[in-house]
Amino acid sequence: MQVKPSGTLDEYLAPVTIEEAARALADGRASVLAGGTDLMLQAANGRTPYRGRLVNIRRIAELRGAAITGGRVRIGALTTVTDILNHAELAKAVPVLRQTADKFASNQIRNMATIGGNICNASPAGDMIIPLLALEAEVELASWDGAKIRTREVALEKFFTGPGRTVMERGELLTAVSFAVPEAGHRVRFAKSGPRPALEISTVSAAFAATCKDGVTTNVRIVLGAVAPTPIRARSAEALMEGAECSGDLAARAAKAAAGEISPIDDVRASAWYRTHLTEVFVRRLIEDVCHG
Amino acid sequence: MPTVSMTVNGKEVSAEVETRTLLVQFLRDHIGLTGTHVGCDTSQCGACVVHVDGKALKSCTRLAVQCEGASVTTIEGLAANGALHPMQQAFHENHGLQCGFCTPGMIMSAVDMVERLGNKLDEKTIRQELEGNICRCTGYHNIVKSIAAGAEAMK
Repeated sequence: MQVKPSGTLDEYLAPVTIEEAARALADGRASVLAGGTDLMLQAANGRTPYRGRLVNIRRIAELRGAAITGGRVRIGALTTVTDILNHAELAKAVPVLRQTADKFASNQIRNMATIGGNICNASPAGDMIIPLLALEAEVELASWDGAKIRTREVALEKFFTGPGRTVMERGELLTAVSFAVPEAGHRVRFAKSGPRPALEISTVSAAFAATCKDGVTTNVRIVLGAVAPTPIRARSAEALMEGAECSGDLAARAAKAAAGEISPIDDVRASAWYRTHLTEVFVRRLIEDVCHG
Repeated sequence: MPTVSMTVNGKEVSAEVETRTLLVQFLRDHIGLTGTHVGCDTSQCGACVVHVDGKALKSCTRLAVQCEGASVTTIEGLAANGALHPMQQAFHENHGLQCGFCTPGMIMSAVDMVERLGNKLDEKTIRQELEGNICRCTGYHNIVKSIAAGAEAMK
């Protein structure tokens, strides 16, 4: 039963501050361990070999927890999916995060998996990423420049470059994700599908955000997961809906446009044809839910 | 090799382990607690569920070193003074197992379920909460009955 993970692992560090962690990562020869729910499996199957040094960031207290200040939500990278599920203030301000967390894996995995890990794993099917893109979130990255901590912010939409790939440089640590609290009336919903309701890697996932006021749809955001090399915004479908009257066949037309913007693959979970079909159905239902629900 | 120390079922344990040693390997191979099973080794099936600092998790995707200083409860830690834990007793009485391989994980998840959600668990809740545990004998009907009875008995 002993699976030998790929790569080498000859050093283990468990820093307790961001600075210690950034220093430990600085030479680019380290793997970052947070919840471990993706890393363990990917090290075992060879997809993400260990880089020699394992830096367990889980003991950095300042990286855990969510807070809402000055109209902005900031979620520390180590906040677990269970933390998000149980965060009353967050659930009130941004219900879609709890809605998504509830559909994420299973309880035992939610207890370990972190929001930062879900983002850094950069799966096109990463569930928490989808609503965060609809919320136009940005991520905070920290690194050690040899003398001090250097930080930068990157829009989440610009963060992913391919399956498992991001703009993060080796040595950088994702410390938090943040976004503006949605204005009153701006509603965000998430949907995912798989052969079973629980513990499922999404076959297709989607988020829809909009303000529907006086029959007019504004501030439209349509996000799709597992249908392209990265999670994507369906920009032409958004443009079609922006400022449009939210009636008649608008939902159907926008859903069709969104399905035309994806580049799905055939794999063990679904065919490209089925993913296209699901995308159209999901987007249409989400629009109907938000605009008429 | 790093040394790891933790409390397992109330007892302090300490061992030198390779960094890559999983918690489940530590429990089974280093301290001889083989009640925690490995089914899928990919954190899907739930046979390896244990409690770490009061939270249920899958010990096949956690390193032993991550549990430094933690308090771990395994299936062996439930029975006290030779008497089965009420949840174990309920599985026994309701025939909540067939081959028995998934049972340790089922019981650890069931106890966690009661601790989070209380003693009155309806069938729908139990089935929903069992999303992280798979029984390949498909003996869910009696597992659900056992958990409902065990939850009552844990009052």
